[in-house]
Amino acid sequence: MVKKGEWVRIHSIVLKAEERTAKLPEDTQKCPLEMWTKGFLQADAEIGDEVTIMTAANRIEKGTLLEVNPYWKHSYGKFIPELVQIDKQLREIMYGGDK
Amino acid sequence: MALAKDYDSVMGRSNDIMKEALGLDYEEFESGSIAFDYEALMKSTEYTLDEINRIQSRTGVGNTPLLELRNLTELARKYAKPGYGARIFAKDEAANASGSFKDRRAACAVAHAKKLGYKGVIAATSGNYGAAVASQAAMQGLECVICQECFDSHGVGQPEIIEKARKCEALGAEVVQLTVGPELFYEFLSILEDKGYFNASLYSPFGIAGIETLGYEIAVQCREKLGKDPAMVVCTNAGGGMVTGTARGLIKAGAKDTKIVAASIDLTGLHMASDKQFNMKSCTTGHTGFGVPYATDPDHSDVPRSAARPLRYMDRYVTVSQGEVMYMTEAIANLEGIERGPAGNTSLAAAFSLAQELPEDEIIVVSETEYTGAGKHVQPQLSFARDNGIEVLFGNPKDEKPGVNVILPKDPSFFKCVDADINHFRASLIKKACKVHNVTNPTQADLEFLAAETKTNVDFVKDVIKSL
Repeated sequence: MVKKGEWVRIHSIVLKAEERTAKLPEDTQKCPLEMWTKGFLQADAEIGDEVTIMTAANRIEKGTLLEVNPYWKHSYGKFIPELVQIDKQLREIMYGGDK
Repeated sequence: MALAKDYDSVMGRSNDIMKEALGLDYEEFESGSIAFDYEALMKSTEYTLDEINRIQSRTGVGNTPLLELRNLTELARKYAKPGYGARIFAKDEAANASGSFKDRRAACAVAHAKKLGYKGVIAATSGNYGAAVASQAAMQGLECVICQECFDSHGVGQPEIIEKARKCEALGAEVVQLTVGPELFYEFLSILEDKGYFNASLYSPFGIAGIETLGYEIAVQCREKLGKDPAMVVCTNAGGGMVTGTARGLIKAGAKDTKIVAASIDLTGLHMASDKQFNMKSCTTGHTGFGVPYATDPDHSDVPRSAARPLRYMDRYVTVSQGEVMYMTEAIANLEGIERGPAGNTSLAAAFSLAQELPEDEIIVVSETEYTGAGKHVQPQLSFARDNGIEVLFGNPKDEKPGVNVILPKDPSFFKCVDADINHFRASLIKKACKVHNVTNPTQADLEFLAAETKTNVDFVKDVIKSL
């Protein structure tokens, strides 16, 4: 059970695939236009329910309840060995060894 | 009675929604043909350069440092013929309140919204502009919604765009995230209509007037520090605002001999509205996927007439590869001791190559840097590329195939920006303008307008039209 007033993330379909405008590449044409927003849940609900939220800009938005207390998962990525090779190369060119 | 909110109904009300949301009637600038009064549109902001400077200074925007990149200059000289290799400078726009030059645009637009009594602002952007609008809205006490094209149909987002969403939220904005496709504009209009907000468009005259201070500052700082104007200013080009505003500012400062070079990452072959290809690009801005269509058809934006019209101002349009920009992002951190995001490094990669064409006593200025952080940094960008099956390797960047590989220069001698055929873009703009306005017999005013639009002359325009 997710309580009224919790900060949540919801998902909705803005346009079904068949409702999309014609000037799209074929692959995009086959997909619906989907939307994600966040806000305060307006009534107790379960994950997967159709719910109403109040967003940070005080908008009412409806959609399927996805997550409670959503957080960002992006990062600095995995190690890229080429980057230390660039560092080494630049230091050699600038400060030592042959050009 | 509640208004119908289906796609056709909302799009059908687009003109009325826009008029309400901009506090500006674009009709008064129209001639009824191809030509419109661009300078009158720019004057409609009624802000002088001094006033804009005051607005920006109040909110931690503008008067950013002009940094000399001494080590990168020295490196470039190793590959130039004797006596060549201009001094490279960068305008450190990362020092603005939200970390990019976009604060200049947002400061002006949001201050205007506040003055006109709007309760909130909205912008459609996946880039730094969202953070800039959110930051300014926070300072002015306005509500803020940012609409982002963010995910593919599997819900996977570009790390660079996700980071910008995080930053917008951190600054108090609501972020609406959508999958790939131009119908984002429908959702944008629908929210705009419901909330009665100001459309803080990237392409409004307020936004572009805000960038003029950047060009002006570059001229003044070069004169104070170095006693002369720069030979070249290199601007990363996407929607065209940076080129337009910076060039207008330089002109206002009287720097008439400074050449304006636009630089974009070459993403030829990737379709911008393709769900599959969305995450095959390893950069999200400053690329030809935006740069070319906006330059050749500037009014294809979220306002009736765009104030960003880059072909009016650019002297050259060059491209660089993703690999060159990634290498340069690592180089500026290692050799200059400043970690900066990718946007400005597109023009820096071009400037590194262009500096070698100019004598040592000339000045070349890169018009911006931007903040960096998780997601928008060379490491997550390359890591994301590898996760999406893109090969990352050392070699000749000329062999790079967007969507297939990212080729890091084997060594700095492999940095070579490529001149795009600017006359081809100019002709393309003229053709599109004739087509959009359904004009076969342009008036004298149209011909002069198109000559100004393309920085050419009436004969050039006539030749293009004759070939139609």
